[in-house]
Amino acid sequence: MTAAQWPDMLFSVIQRAGVSQVGYVPDAGHSRLIERCIADPKIHDVSLTSEEEGVALAAGAWLGGARCVLLMQSSGVGNCVNMLSLIKTCRFPLLMFVTMRGEYEEFNPWQAPMGSIVEPTLKLCGVEAVRATKPEEVETVAQSAVQRVFGEESAAAVILSQRLIGKKVWTK
Amino acid sequence: MIERRAAIKQLLKDRPDNLFVVPGLGSTCWDLASLGENDRDFYLWGAMGGAAMIGLGLALAQPDKRVAVVTGDGEMLMGLGSLAAIAVQKPANLAIVVFDNGVYGETGMQASHTQRGVDLVAVARAAGFPRCFDVSDETQLAGVHAQLTAGHELLFARVRIAADDPPRVLPERDGVALKQRFRRAIGASV
Repeated sequence: MTAAQWPDMLFSVIQRAGVSQVGYVPDAGHSRLIERCIADPKIHDVSLTSEEEGVALAAGAWLGGARCVLLMQSSGVGNCVNMLSLIKTCRFPLLMFVTMRGEYEEFNPWQAPMGSIVEPTLKLCGVEAVRATKPEEVETVAQSAVQRVFGEESAAAVILSQRLIGKKVWTK
Repeated sequence: MIERRAAIKQLLKDRPDNLFVVPGLGSTCWDLASLGENDRDFYLWGAMGGAAMIGLGLALAQPDKRVAVVTGDGEMLMGLGSLAAIAVQKPANLAIVVFDNGVYGETGMQASHTQRGVDLVAVARAAGFPRCFDVSDETQLAGVHAQLTAGHELLFARVRIAADDPPRVLPERDGVALKQRFRRAIGASV
């Protein structure tokens, strides 16, 4: 498998899981996956102004019997913190795909503070974090998260390493 | 101006079975509970700023049902961005109704931005809500009531209410129990 294919694998996981709502804040790492979701008429692609809106969206979707996935960058995890109380208190299923910044070959030091605390923050909020660093492990990790989240009404985040996504190009 | 308990009563008069309601935390949650607990209501005791987005997820999941979010000005101000996200989606079965008294009632009646010049109807209109109502009397509220059940467009309504403080009516507060009974009531299967 080439590195460029992992977003398509994630899209297959979403499709197989019967996900009908995808909330996202536009993100370079997720751009391919977001395009696939927008192109699928069975999926409501919901563009958010802030990631915490997506947490509430996912709760509403489940109240109505639908499955939702949230796509965000690591900085967005910080925006979700208080709204994650809703997920924990009511035991709503929540599945997040988080692209990492602030680690491997990061150029922008402003990404480091939030990037460095993504996993402990999620854990403190009751969201299990599972990491994928190699393209060939993305599908298995995501598939296993889907089963736990929607099967047990639990919360999980698939952390997509910056090494997997690749270095951001700063000079054009 | 209308008293809040009179407003909720009129808004949900002869409520149809296919209308599901999400109240914002605090006073609007107690207002809704004052009509008697209903399995088709998802009473929020927290998640400030999230009521409208819960309504969006629900409305998209159940396009054949009606969804009304009834929240306060303080709760709506915390989720102003969600008005933009919702207006982009434009679900025809969703109504966002804001009871606006210009104060944070739960924390001691401190002034909110709406009594200092922020106009939530103008915000909703600018965001792209196709139907916006500015309600300050019972006749105008009757117009919103009619739209809640028979409307065919995404709707925003501000209901100017008196800054009174009626006795609290507290609904069930176990989040898991609220979720399960709501899902049963709406027929959620997954």
